[in-house]
Amino acid sequence: MTDAVLGGTGTALINILLLAILFVVAIAIARLRSLFAIVMLSGVYSLVSAAWYILVDAVDVGFTEAAVGAGMSTAVLLGAMLLTARTAKPEKPFSRLGPFIVCLAVGVMLIYATIDLPALGDPSSPANAGVGLTFLEVNWYDTGVPNVVTSVLASYRGFDTLGETAVVFTAGLAVALLLGFGERSLAETLRRSPQPETRPPSVPRDGDAT
Amino acid sequence: MKGDHHIILRVVAKCLIPLILIYAFYVQFHGEVGAGGAFQAGVVLAVALILHSLVFGLTATMRAVPPWFTRGLSAVGVLVYAGVGVWAMLNGGAYLEYQALFFEPPGGHDGQHAGIIIIELGVLFAVSGGLSTIFYALAGRVAEIRDEDW
Repeated sequence: MTDAVLGGTGTALINILLLAILFVVAIAIARLRSLFAIVMLSGVYSLVSAAWYILVDAVDVGFTEAAVGAGMSTAVLLGAMLLTARTAKPEKPFSRLGPFIVCLAVGVMLIYATIDLPALGDPSSPANAGVGLTFLEVNWYDTGVPNVVTSVLASYRGFDTLGETAVVFTAGLAVALLLGFGERSLAETLRRSPQPETRPPSVPRDGDAT
Repeated sequence: MKGDHHIILRVVAKCLIPLILIYAFYVQFHGEVGAGGAFQAGVVLAVALILHSLVFGLTATMRAVPPWFTRGLSAVGVLVYAGVGVWAMLNGGAYLEYQALFFEPPGGHDGQHAGIIIIELGVLFAVSGGLSTIFYALAGRVAEIRDEDW
């Protein structure tokens, strides 16, 4: 069933390769101490997982992951990194043995639970047979929008999306209220140097964090 | 002159930023028929702004797109979205009931199309403005923590 959906061994090999890259990147993030490298690797992690989402036909999720995870949050984390130290404090090995055991146990339980999951793209799975099928059937009559994702997000669940939009607005408002609107640096720079073009960019150049 | 080290970066970014903006609007206006939608388009717009500030400096970006504009845009976006709901209510429908926008019977699609396009514009404004505000707030603090400035 999985092979029929995913298109055979070639796709399965790409799947394994992408997941292996994700695993290696995650281990590297956990072991590194340089924050700049960690931020960059988290961007790599998002990009690889976006490629993997597209491989399993979740195009919208993959697109969002590439835009938000690889683009936006990498930039925001770079900005946040400038406000703190460049390297994390070294930790003693085995100092977090308890959390490690908890993570391991939860991971084993999750892997055990995946045995009961329906196969990818299974038409008789609850997600595809229930309300999802109803949306596919009534969508064209109700809205006339070809992309069901858009009509569900914007029309059927318009309240939900209004709430999400308000969340983004509130997040921007909260960050701006906590950290200031960023205009102080603009005013400061303008006061100090009449030519703003001579000011170096405020984000580290290559080699800044090594 | 420090900027000369990055001339390739500047030239490439100058070519890329308009393409990124066009792509953002493509995603925005093809949300009905393809992958993506206003959330993604808003993020891509904000990323174009961030790329500009990484390459040309925060001050140049703040002169092009001032911080008061981004936070205002974010608020206007939420108002546009909520306003569509009020518009439907004024026409006698439920909140955000797009059929009521043009008094259509069930099965009519004009109100759905118009409503979805308008609320997606609202989402685009809110997301791009909100994320740019977050970036400005984070990046704008750097100048004031240098020790030699105090």
